[in-house]
Amino acid sequence: MNEQELIPHLFRTEYRKIVSVLCRLFGIEHIEIAEDIVSDTFLQASELWGLKGLPENPTAWLYTVSKNKTKDYLKRNTLFNQKISSEIKYLNGSVEEIEIDLSIKNIQDSQLAMMFAVCDSCVSSEAQIGLSLNILCGFGIEEISSAFLTNKEVIYKRLNRAKEKLRTEKIKIEYPSKRQIQTKLENVLTTIYLLFNEGYFSSSRDTSMRKDLCFESMRLNFLLIENETTNLPQVNALMSLMCFHASRFDARIDGDGEIILYEDQDSDLWNQDLIEKGVHFLTQASTGSVLSKYHIEAAIAHWHTQQKDSLEKWEEILQLYNKLLVLEYSPIIALNRTFALAKANGKEEAILEAEKLNLVDNHLYHTLLGNLHIGIDSKKALEHFKKALNLAKSTVDKNTIIKNISKLQKDL
Amino acid sequence: MKDFLLVFRNEFNALPKASAEELQATTKLWMDWIGSIAAQNKLTDRGNSLMSGGKVVHPKNIITDGPYTEIKELIGGYSIIKVETYEEAVEIAKGCPILQFGGNVEVREVKHM
Repeated sequence: MNEQELIPHLFRTEYRKIVSVLCRLFGIEHIEIAEDIVSDTFLQASELWGLKGLPENPTAWLYTVSKNKTKDYLKRNTLFNQKISSEIKYLNGSVEEIEIDLSIKNIQDSQLAMMFAVCDSCVSSEAQIGLSLNILCGFGIEEISSAFLTNKEVIYKRLNRAKEKLRTEKIKIEYPSKRQIQTKLENVLTTIYLLFNEGYFSSSRDTSMRKDLCFESMRLNFLLIENETTNLPQVNALMSLMCFHASRFDARIDGDGEIILYEDQDSDLWNQDLIEKGVHFLTQASTGSVLSKYHIEAAIAHWHTQQKDSLEKWEEILQLYNKLLVLEYSPIIALNRTFALAKANGKEEAILEAEKLNLVDNHLYHTLLGNLHIGIDSKKALEHFKKALNLAKSTVDKNTIIKNISKLQKDL
Repeated sequence: MKDFLLVFRNEFNALPKASAEELQATTKLWMDWIGSIAAQNKLTDRGNSLMSGGKVVHPKNIITDGPYTEIKELIGGYSIIKVETYEEAVEIAKGCPILQFGGNVEVREVKHM
């Protein structure tokens, strides 16, 4: 890797590690100081390495420089020093002796601590995702706003408001206790899954950005798996689910950035390695007595790794959706269930079921009804597709519906 | 939105010994029906089936084995749904599989405290 590529790459991988360790050291009130120190370090890196070339061990260089900057900061700021270092002094005797621990174990523990601190319900879920991307994944404001298809000011305000909230609520950045894991894990998993979906279902045409989001969320999940106290069944189930979805990433989007529907995908483009990983984590998840929604979704995703249609496949998927809906309702899941029901029980029954959902303002609802009416009532099919087109917002969605309409009109 | 209790009743031994496939088919009917309610976001509580057997406690410390097999309206299970009116609740109850096997569904509005 040459210099031009190395720094952004290192920024991504090392920023979050060093920031997590320093945030944990300084506490939530002083996150910005931690961020500034690390940003300064990288700024110095890009200036110096540009002039003098790469050091022998770039990562070690970054760690050493950030440690030194931290010590300098603590020495220079007596007020700050007094506030935080009473605890550190207790542990280390004096500021000069502080060892900023950038060992693998402390980095991992600190990232975990940050994850649980950031994914707090006192902060909106969009902000949780934003903060996770910013602090835990090393994404800049620009990248986040591009991922969320919004502008920088919105993201900047959102993150600042969130940090302020975490400060006023005095959220501690600490390695989560068993009890904290019990109460907050669900929130952490939701944030990870939402982040994954941002990448997977995003309307952004930046495919590599979307892939990044998916892999970042998988990486965060993997942090939980690597850690014994958080390596729980539902965590493995979520990992499995994301692996299965991610395996189809290359097959889902065509050269123009349009979505290719599942049944039209070239399964040769499905990533077999990710599918195997999905199976591995699903097996790991199959312990204990708790059946979480992630278990059910992973099981459904597992069935979808078999592209060939069969009555057995769709009957199993239908029953899994039945169980999932009993656990937790969402309009999308209800629509997906109806699609599976059409395959298992027939279109006529599915149409009746679909109409009961009555999600008239949802373009996906009308797309589903449009599809169900194909071969049964073309006029109604077209009506529904037109309603869907009216309601759809993103270009990608509109294009998918337009394709459906032209296909229908050709057959008429 | 109000909660409505659905109580499923049938005769004891209403179902002759079913084969594995028949049992599976019956299970599917129930799962699909409950799933349908859940898909409409109208399921409060999936409820439970009840084991056969049981006891009845009467005043003066009298306890009998029951409900007796003579009783034709043995409670088999219950679910709770959430809709606005009795009419809607009844409409949902009409889809209950127990009706196909000679049973019935009692629909009662829940009074929340």
